[in-house]
Amino acid sequence: MTFVTGLTCRECGRGYPAEALHVCDFCFGPLEVAYDLDAVRSSLTREVVEAGPATIWRWAHLLPATPPGEVDLGAGGTPLIRADRLAAHLGLGELWVKDDTRNPTGSFKDRVVSVALAKARELGFKVAACASTGNLANSVAAHAARAGMRSIVFIPSDLEPAKITTTAIYGGTLVAVKGSYDDVNRLCAELTSEQPTWAFVNVNVRTYYAEGSKTLAFEVAEQLGWQAPDHVVVPVASGSQLCKIDKGFRQLAEVGLIDEHPVRISGAQAEGCSPVATAFAHGWDTFKPQRPATIAKSLAIGNPADGTYALEAVRRSGGSIGAVTDDEIVEGIRLLARTEGIFAETAGGVTIATLAKLTAAGIVRSDERVVAYVTGNGLKTVDAVSPVVGPTATIEPTMQAFAEAVDFQEA
Amino acid sequence: MPTVRIPTQLRTLTGGAGTATVEGSNVSEVLKALDAAHPGFADRLYDESGGLRRFVNVFVADEDVRFLDGLATPVPADATVSIVPAVAGG
Repeated sequence: MTFVTGLTCRECGRGYPAEALHVCDFCFGPLEVAYDLDAVRSSLTREVVEAGPATIWRWAHLLPATPPGEVDLGAGGTPLIRADRLAAHLGLGELWVKDDTRNPTGSFKDRVVSVALAKARELGFKVAACASTGNLANSVAAHAARAGMRSIVFIPSDLEPAKITTTAIYGGTLVAVKGSYDDVNRLCAELTSEQPTWAFVNVNVRTYYAEGSKTLAFEVAEQLGWQAPDHVVVPVASGSQLCKIDKGFRQLAEVGLIDEHPVRISGAQAEGCSPVATAFAHGWDTFKPQRPATIAKSLAIGNPADGTYALEAVRRSGGSIGAVTDDEIVEGIRLLARTEGIFAETAGGVTIATLAKLTAAGIVRSDERVVAYVTGNGLKTVDAVSPVVGPTATIEPTMQAFAEAVDFQEA
Repeated sequence: MPTVRIPTQLRTLTGGAGTATVEGSNVSEVLKALDAAHPGFADRLYDESGGLRRFVNVFVADEDVRFLDGLATPVPADATVSIVPAVAGG
């Protein structure tokens, strides 16, 4: 069972049934899942959560679909790692990294796709589709394979080769579109009207899909001993993940699993695609669309669907939104890897570099308990760092060659 | 005459049709003609201040009019104008 009571337009408040609908028929505002939180509060305890599966589905009371059982790939339950060496480097006190590189297909997208396809199957869909910058493509293709659904995945044709291969391997239909992600997204938004039997996870079932990102907040609160942190830093592409992390912490307090605690939410973007950071810096109510040009392709959305709401959440919570250059992104990836042993994709480099920038500016503070969300695995974007790292030396297999080439200091 | 592609959410206004063909040499004229042919479009597409609603995107020949001249963007006679809900993707 679920505790869903229906869907509600975030803009005008009109109500809709829990079907494959994502925007309000009247004003085009996004639909949000509504829950009977009183009923959740009376049946969901910390003990119930702790006795549940070590996946996102331990939070089924606050998700909009019935747990998918054996066809699930097991998204979620990723480690929250205390990052003391990185904290010392940045001048922070208590810093944690939510290591969401460790999902079945290597990114947080497995959380949202697990929810989206569970709901899609409930609604009778046999085909899973999406517009993707890569991570979602991997996840939809894999989850569809596991669930015995057909998949049709649309990507920009200039994606990182690894992300193309790691989607195609699952055997679904993969369409490379000659254009930007925003072009792919517009194409898919139009296709949704013509292909009503396809579950486009980030179009017609997006309302359910997005709810999966709340588990990024739920897990962190549980892992911190049932407490919300003081400040989180979250990468911003469409802005959905940031909004749902904000919603997740607030919802946990609403159902009584944690005490009320204000969480500052800060966003991270690449300078080459920074519509939300730019709007924040200028004090605008909404963003202006951009044409992206950044190595952080998984964040390269110039027309972010939830950009306005992400701005609102950041401002309401007292956070900030930073933007970093491609060189800073690469250095962010290297810094996280050498201080904590976590290899993140470019989006993780954006998060760490922005964390560094906001810390240097005094916005993220050393007296705060801070969580940085690292949401994708570095093996997907090896091309971003392969030009700047490599062997220390390449030598003949002799003692002399080693002695001449390598000056290795133990301390 | 330009062709307008209609999203699912607005097909109640066109009797279920996914496209409509109307006169007009720019986006504003095309949408005005669309409302004349199928009354109700203006209410759904425009906010109180007369601008496009925040969650409505319009494309001419697959290009977002916010990168062109907005409502004044020229529409060639053989072009397709798409009305697309903004909330998608990510």
